[in-house]
Amino acid sequence: MLSFSVPLGKLVRTLSRLRGGGSAFPGLVVEKIDPGFMQRTLASLPLGVAVVSGTNGKTTTTKMVVELLESQGLKVFTNRSGSNFTRGVAASLLGDVDWRGRLDADIAILELDEAHAVHFVNKVEPRYSLLLNVLRDQLDRFGEIDKTARLLEHIASKTTGTVVLNREDPRVARIANALNTLDAVHHPEVRYFGLDESLRSTFPNDDEMRTGSGPSPSGTSVAAGTGDDVDLPAADVVLRRVGAQDADFEFDGETVTTSMKLRGVYNIFNAAAALSLARSVLGTGPVDTPKLVKALGEVAPAFGRGESLTVDGQPLELVLVKNPSGFRLGLKSFPAGGYATMIAINDNYADGRDMSWLWDVEFDSLREGGVEVLTGVRAYDMALRLQYDDVHFGVVEPDITAALRTFIDGSRGKPKRVFCTYTSMLAIRRELAKITIVEVVS
Amino acid sequence: MTSEAQPTPTSQPSPAAQPSKGTLRVLQLYPREMNIYGDWGNALVLKQRIKWHGYTPELLEYNVGDEFPDDVDIIVGGGGQDSGQLVIQNDLQARAATLKQLADGGAPMLVICGLYQLFGKFFKTSTGPVIPGIGILDVETHGTDERLIGNVTMKSAEFGDILGYENHSGQTTLGPGVEPLGTVTKGAGNNSKDGHEGARYNNVVASYLHGSLLPKNPAIADFLIRTAAERKFGSFVPGTPDDGYASLAREHAARRPR
Repeated sequence: MLSFSVPLGKLVRTLSRLRGGGSAFPGLVVEKIDPGFMQRTLASLPLGVAVVSGTNGKTTTTKMVVELLESQGLKVFTNRSGSNFTRGVAASLLGDVDWRGRLDADIAILELDEAHAVHFVNKVEPRYSLLLNVLRDQLDRFGEIDKTARLLEHIASKTTGTVVLNREDPRVARIANALNTLDAVHHPEVRYFGLDESLRSTFPNDDEMRTGSGPSPSGTSVAAGTGDDVDLPAADVVLRRVGAQDADFEFDGETVTTSMKLRGVYNIFNAAAALSLARSVLGTGPVDTPKLVKALGEVAPAFGRGESLTVDGQPLELVLVKNPSGFRLGLKSFPAGGYATMIAINDNYADGRDMSWLWDVEFDSLREGGVEVLTGVRAYDMALRLQYDDVHFGVVEPDITAALRTFIDGSRGKPKRVFCTYTSMLAIRRELAKITIVEVVS
Repeated sequence: MTSEAQPTPTSQPSPAAQPSKGTLRVLQLYPREMNIYGDWGNALVLKQRIKWHGYTPELLEYNVGDEFPDDVDIIVGGGGQDSGQLVIQNDLQARAATLKQLADGGAPMLVICGLYQLFGKFFKTSTGPVIPGIGILDVETHGTDERLIGNVTMKSAEFGDILGYENHSGQTTLGPGVEPLGTVTKGAGNNSKDGHEGARYNNVVASYLHGSLLPKNPAIADFLIRTAAERKFGSFVPGTPDDGYASLAREHAARRPR
């Protein structure tokens, strides 16, 4: 069995690539004919497996962890192609193993969708897990955010080494309490990444979305808005300051300033998360801190996560917005001044069908400059939303191709920014690829 | 549709241009715990449309342990997590008499999803425990393992076509003391059996629909505002809100899959 499954899987992978098929199909084939393939291959890695999960920022954070560890000379396997589910991991493995099924890597860093991560950790216990956040995301798929928190808790409980938690997200920080009920043998070490209190107001959590006035009297909020660190556990890495081009991170009792290629406060907070996971993996071994910090500064955003393209000699930024928290952080992280703005809202399955989330985002920050173009299947829902926030807008054009042309023609000589949902971003990238260089995403 | 620039309907009558026809106070119930799925949009729509009709809106919040404000003209409440429902449960019971008196007296109210369930007689959860409701609505809810999720359209004699999005596993059945808000033409509604969606009692509108409900269903928003104005001032003098984008958003939403 062993001798057949890997070559066969690789062959299926090559064939399905040739006909332009989906990336997970070969994973399905190898799963059927050799169910132990993934576990066996990952179990052979000397530093084990690290899982990155949470509702927002998985892709960029995973990319950062990989680049941080590579800066220290580690060989890292990762599921780069956005195949963030079990079968996708198997398919990615097929691409990287040799014909005898051996994976030449020290560690696997895997980005896993919350729901799929649960199935994955039942098959492969990770040595490390990094749990980013529980924000309102794709509620029509998972039902409720408390349920999502329970999914992350399950991932943590299956982790054998170190669990890295977001100290500022009450639902994530609370996972530490649940781990305390495990017996000593199965109790992973818990580390946190955190924010300076001066930055907390830029990260409202979903429970405070409408009130903005800090923790509720019932005391369910762990951190945000308390304004002091007294009740908070110590964090392994703290993001202290975010500047226009740089940021301060504190770890090992020292504050390090580094230039950052990443834009957007939430991306840079995730850099603190990545740094903490990388430090956990590197453990007590020799760490080349200057190299680690340099690598952090050089990480470029993953596609659509604040990446900047050039159109007509002017930057065009794509900001992916998937849920209210992400949209609010996007609006806060990328100030509107001086930019022409387009918003693209689709409601395909991958975007989430429910439009309710638009009503949990305040658009006041766009009031001064207005919005040039609204597009996507739900362009008129967005128009209605802006009408109720007294935000002026120009063209409403559900067809993305036509809208993008209008946007570019109408805003010549101005930097541009597009806030877009997942499938509208893919459509926009396809169109932009015709006029500028856009990295191809499979 | 078209790529021509369309007039932006932000040129609503400016409140400064003419004297206010009076103040209407909108109370949000438990916005801290019961604000999931954009139900805040309902409060925002009431606030803006009260203004566009020429009145002055005042938005109030009631959270667990707060003093219940006097002179409330419209009450709105939304959906929440199961955990949120547990947090508000005792406090809601303590306010049951006040809320029931208001509802029986004809105060306009909108309750969505979680608070719709708790405005009923009880919610029997799928795991056994029974959460008592406050009995304003003659409805009962039984928790199930089936989640009713997706776009909904329905017909209502009172409000015309109503559109929204449902996401619930509690299934509600209506008693003789209430009427359904509408009959579904796409989606499930109160339960997976009888085709009813929501409930109507006096001037209380109850529904499972998020979306938020009011932005794309301005007829319901204006019913609440008109009722409030008539109760407070004896008559309602409407303004002319521009519902052009609401109509287009409705048209497009109605064509979307479940």
